Amino acid sequence: MRYSGFRVIKEALTGHKGWTAAWREPDPQPAYDIVIVGGGGHGLATAYYLASKYNQHRVAVIEKGWIGGGNVGRNTTIIRSNYLLDGNEPFYEFSLKLWEGLEQDFNYNAMVSQRGILNLIHSDAQRDAFIRRGNAMILNGADAELLSTAQIKERYPFLNTENARFPIKGGLAQHRGGTVRHDAVAWGYARGADSRGVDIIQNCEVTGFRIENGKCLGVETTKGFIGAGKVGCAVAGSSSRLMSHAGMRLPMESHVLQAFVSEGLKPVLPGVITFGAGHFYVSQSDKGGLVFGGDIDGYNTYAQRGNLPVVEDVCEGGMAIFPMLGRARLLRMWGGIMDMSMDGSPIIDRTHIDGLYFNGGWCYGGFKATPASGYAFAHLLATDTPHDTATAYRFDRFERGLMIDEKGMGNQPNLH
Amino acid sequence: MLTLQCPYCGVDADETELSPGGEAHLKRFGPGSTDEEFEDYLFARQNPKGVHFERWRHAYGCGKWFLAARCTMTLEVFGTYSAQTTEPPQTIKDAITAKRPGWTWGTLS
Repeated sequence: MRYSGFRVIKEALTGHKGWTAAWREPDPQPAYDIVIVGGGGHGLATAYYLASKYNQHRVAVIEKGWIGGGNVGRNTTIIRSNYLLDGNEPFYEFSLKLWEGLEQDFNYNAMVSQRGILNLIHSDAQRDAFIRRGNAMILNGADAELLSTAQIKERYPFLNTENARFPIKGGLAQHRGGTVRHDAVAWGYARGADSRGVDIIQNCEVTGFRIENGKCLGVETTKGFIGAGKVGCAVAGSSSRLMSHAGMRLPMESHVLQAFVSEGLKPVLPGVITFGAGHFYVSQSDKGGLVFGGDIDGYNTYAQRGNLPVVEDVCEGGMAIFPMLGRARLLRMWGGIMDMSMDGSPIIDRTHIDGLYFNGGWCYGGFKATPASGYAFAHLLATDTPHDTATAYRFDRFERGLMIDEKGMGNQPNLH
Repeated sequence: MLTLQCPYCGVDADETELSPGGEAHLKRFGPGSTDEEFEDYLFARQNPKGVHFERWRHAYGCGKWFLAARCTMTLEVFGTYSAQTTEPPQTIKDAITAKRPGWTWGTLS
């Protein structure tokens, strides 16, 4: 069923009796050409692009929980392509371009809103770094604008520019950045993939791989063995655990990142603001809630909830830069498990096992990468060659000393 | 709030007083090792869901590094011990076994 304004009117006039389920609930077939493990944003996007761009239709997505229950429904919904390094910026810009055409492409309202993102500057050194980053973005075809303090005061009058511990000295804006309704991304990709013949199998956990003579023949699941010509894994925080079934130890740790939403307010915040010095970023949802987050808790955890010190730290950061936040009440807070890689950058690559492919290590930047990650992983699975924008995201970069260390922190996952 | 007892100064320290330092009992590889061993030592981590051994530093206290046995799924703490050891003492292993019979971690069990 194609969604359109006409369809809404027609259904409204006929008692909404014509709507059908957005995707089927099939039982698994004995075998597929390609099995994607993980029905999160990246896994569903991979299946969608395999079916829509690479003509692969015997594809299954296997999800241990339900569609949209993992990190794709737990992030702070921000999209942007303001990266510095050569290995990253073309990829994230590709992703932002896909976001721009996404709703038309998969015929689903994902509420993509390019309301702009502003990174605040507090010192001369930070200004130099942001000018360099802005230039790198422009060289890669993205947009970037350096804003003065006066421009920021005019556009964001509620920010504490004067008396803050970190006085605001400017900002780097990317006007094409913004927010997206994250659940709708999962649902839109699921529906788009399903309508092109992809089986989405929920409540089915992969418990192991069947590997013979160095070749992966399929996956063992709670619903039995499912054969596969190729297996692609995109399971975010569960990456280490899943790949340990194939005897692999990954260059990553799992950490919890918390996010928060306030009660609904009238429109107060035009776009996304990030306050790097205080580890705080915030946007306002279309429903009116202020959606914000900060740092990871810092130690390995698989509990999808965080501890209170980070709650305090995030709220302090918010109060420091945005004093009116103190009048709003916190409505909800939650946590998601991040696959924090050793250099803060992801991996989209083949493994040493024939027919087994891996996509992970997204740290806390996975949501904005969803379309490009799916596209690049689909390209890799279909053609066995890396996508042009993802050639740097290889396993061997650690061995070869070619880390993509965007923050310059070294191999310590909890600092990225 | 995660609370760990520093085995050096005996203080029950809140996590705000501590710095996490990643996986414990890494075997160091340096000059003379193969590239693969060196890469594994620097980058590959077990990252288990369940029993885990970690390095911590009592950063805003006595400043010493120590080790902790913890569950990454329930955030339960099994015990802390001195960093001057290559494997956890039997008392720590027993404390884990009491709550997680049959646990394994790398070559430990």
